[in-house]
Amino acid sequence: MTRADRTRLPAVGPLPPFRFSHVDKDRLSNGLSLWSAEHRTLPVVTFMLVLPAGSSADFEGYEGLAAMTADMMDEGTGNLTAIDVNAAFARIGTHLDADVSADATVFTVTALAKFASQALSLLADCVIRPRLDVADFDRIRELRLTRLVQIRDMPSAIADRAIMQVIYGTHPYAHMALGTEESLRQLSIDTVRQFHAGLYCPSNATLVASGDLSPREFREMASDTFGLWSDGDGRIPEDAAISPPPSAPVHPLVLVHKPGAAQSEIRIGEVGLARNTPDYHPLIVLNMILGGQFVSRINMKLRQEKGLTYGARTAFDFRRGRGPFILQTSVQSDGTAEAIRTSLLEIHAIRTDRPPTTDEVEIAKAALTRGYPRNFETAEQIARAMAQLVLYGLADDYFDTFASNVCDVTVDMARQVAMLHLDPERLATAIVSDSSIVTPQLEAAGLGDATPLLPRL
Amino acid sequence: MNIPFTQHTLDNGLRVIIHEDRRLPMVAVNLWYHVGSKNEHPGRTGFAHLFEHLMFEGSQHYDKGYFHPLQEAGAALNGSTNPDRTNYWEVVPTNALDLALWMESDRMGYLLPALTSQKFETQREVVLNERRQNYENRPYGLATSAIVAALFPSNHPYHWMTIGQSEDLHSASFEDVREFFRTYYHPSNASLVVAGDIETGDALDRVRAHFEEIPSGPKPAPLQTSAAVTAEKRLLLEDRIELPRLYLTWLSPAMFTDGDAEMDLLSDLFANGKVSRLYRTLVYERRIASEVMAFQNSRELSGFWQLLATAAPGHTLEELEDAIDAELAKLAAEGPTEDEMQRGRAQVEAQFVFRLQTLGGFGGKADQLNAYSVFLNDPSYFEKDLARYEAVTAADLHHAARKYLRRENRVALSVVPRGKTSLALPNSTSAVVS
Repeated sequence: MTRADRTRLPAVGPLPPFRFSHVDKDRLSNGLSLWSAEHRTLPVVTFMLVLPAGSSADFEGYEGLAAMTADMMDEGTGNLTAIDVNAAFARIGTHLDADVSADATVFTVTALAKFASQALSLLADCVIRPRLDVADFDRIRELRLTRLVQIRDMPSAIADRAIMQVIYGTHPYAHMALGTEESLRQLSIDTVRQFHAGLYCPSNATLVASGDLSPREFREMASDTFGLWSDGDGRIPEDAAISPPPSAPVHPLVLVHKPGAAQSEIRIGEVGLARNTPDYHPLIVLNMILGGQFVSRINMKLRQEKGLTYGARTAFDFRRGRGPFILQTSVQSDGTAEAIRTSLLEIHAIRTDRPPTTDEVEIAKAALTRGYPRNFETAEQIARAMAQLVLYGLADDYFDTFASNVCDVTVDMARQVAMLHLDPERLATAIVSDSSIVTPQLEAAGLGDATPLLPRL
Repeated sequence: MNIPFTQHTLDNGLRVIIHEDRRLPMVAVNLWYHVGSKNEHPGRTGFAHLFEHLMFEGSQHYDKGYFHPLQEAGAALNGSTNPDRTNYWEVVPTNALDLALWMESDRMGYLLPALTSQKFETQREVVLNERRQNYENRPYGLATSAIVAALFPSNHPYHWMTIGQSEDLHSASFEDVREFFRTYYHPSNASLVVAGDIETGDALDRVRAHFEEIPSGPKPAPLQTSAAVTAEKRLLLEDRIELPRLYLTWLSPAMFTDGDAEMDLLSDLFANGKVSRLYRTLVYERRIASEVMAFQNSRELSGFWQLLATAAPGHTLEELEDAIDAELAKLAAEGPTEDEMQRGRAQVEAQFVFRLQTLGGFGGKADQLNAYSVFLNDPSYFEKDLARYEAVTAADLHHAARKYLRRENRVALSVVPRGKTSLALPNSTSAVVS
């Protein structure tokens, strides 16, 4: 090859072809759904047990219940203590991972293929036959209460809680999966047993497998390990999260006072959209332009132009119900008001005098689609993708059609969803910082009086 | 189990490593410069990382931000600086390989004409804000700064953290950029990996077309250093926290040297996960700690082995220290059990295989090849790396624990709530951080 031409950037070729793995679906006679994607590049298997309810299904007054229940699953089964269970996973080089989000409870085990049946068998023992001893419960609750104490010292975690509380009021999305000190103290081992009996049953669950395993091998393994699981008191959980969220924030501007804070943590947000919104693709394009990538308007302004922050970003968190739209950043304290004013201005501008341009929309679409295959490299990434299909009822060809659906987004569509779904009147701002530094700035900038807030923790 | 590759050295000294992996239509480009915060000087700390930021701000033939064209091409990209090296990477669709090579080569060959003091000033502010966000405003965030300052003497290049001292960042000068670039950013101080959906010969041609024109430079001389802690140092640091935390840190073998794998395995055995010894006694049985953790921080010139434990409410750091010392004494007396060895071997095997799943980015295959290339001049080291872990015996671990984890050789740092210095371990003096 000859020497590179430095007078212009090399051209980039067309979109690479991409096909998601074939998803094989099956069901055991007890109602447990089996989804698998076989790919034999490396001797690795990921199993995921997906249950369709998470922290938004916490009983009222018992916030933290779903997460506490999930946390109890590797705390002993049959004759095995918590230590024994974890040692058994460790002997095959893995561990059980539990993740509780607003919409779901998901258990993940990734193991070498030669240990696949042992890994699946341990997973089954944990979630079907947990000991749920009161002594283990007390110990785990104590650790979670201590975690809350630590979170009180973490400005970013406080800011996350403050904004959700202000946007969602009494809606189930207002609280975090961990719950609060008060609600954790309400919990008992009986509430955990009740929650477990209700949610953890085969007709609610989907067992996902990805990696070095054929659908037939998977079915045999699943039947051996999960086949005797029965529904018992199980029921499809009520979906509290689809109840309508508040139409306006509790306060437009709140401040959590942190004496001596080294920076200001800022969140600006409002109630956004559900995962099933028909505007999903235009909205992710819009978000890329506004704050969803390094070259977004807000990051370029706050970081690259003004140097006020290490970074700023926005995201729509699409959930089964209407999840939040949130801007998050952490800025030098003396630039707090300027950062808030600039952010609000950018959100306002993208739906009025500076709507998305053709260039911006094309760049956002390219960024979303051209590198898409890299989201499906590992067994765990592929399993997680299948879990998304399960949880949100997405079409089987969802990942294959993603790129073309994004490419179909037009400038008008991006402009329209900005007008329709970003409402500056409903935006709330939460700040975690030293009040003595921030309050005078807010007044001087005409941003109004901040309501002091102590987030529920 | 290995990562197959071919290796070439261009006339200008650039090492080039090519690895084919056709699973997905993408390519990882990964470029290491053998420079990090260890090459800085007291009073000018944080400069290597600040310089890394400038590498994204444009070069002579594309004098604009680097993110824009690469993100538009579908790339993920980033860079990072640590004490030993600075890395830059892109993961691009196969058809954007030329773009990534063009941009990496342009900033290697032609950065200086595009640099301005305005870019420098803005990125200085960004880095100061990065420091505030990730260190000053984060609970326990300055603990490492206090520890490395006590562990390594003031003339040792690990005496400071890569993010640098705040006042040093303020006094960093635009004039220093030029010399830093000329000293460290040239082909013979760099190693390039191209991995993924490529054919080796074609990929090498493309690399040549972009990098061969860049002039070579003198390879920086290796640093000569030494460090030793001969009497226990007990320090305290006040922070905006509620729960006191104890950090115990020892100097340990350097990366890839004898004892490094042992110390890595000891960290899991001793304090990571619910089966570890400290979790079992401190968190599970006695409930005096809310969390425990240990790790071997493997570095080029020296390692350090660090243990941390956070007190449960109502319990003291003295209780933690006594309980940890009792477990250390037991480990020194008896060594590991056969069950612990089996778990350790299983974890190692699994982790090495899992690592092969990811092509690019931090810790992906391309990054690993470069680590072996830059630190050992041996990209084929993956198998040997696994072998050195598999060769470790119970006797080796026992020996390493006795040799390195002695009380008189450690730095004990108590992090306590502001104004509550009495919660620190007895006989602790205030640490200096800024």
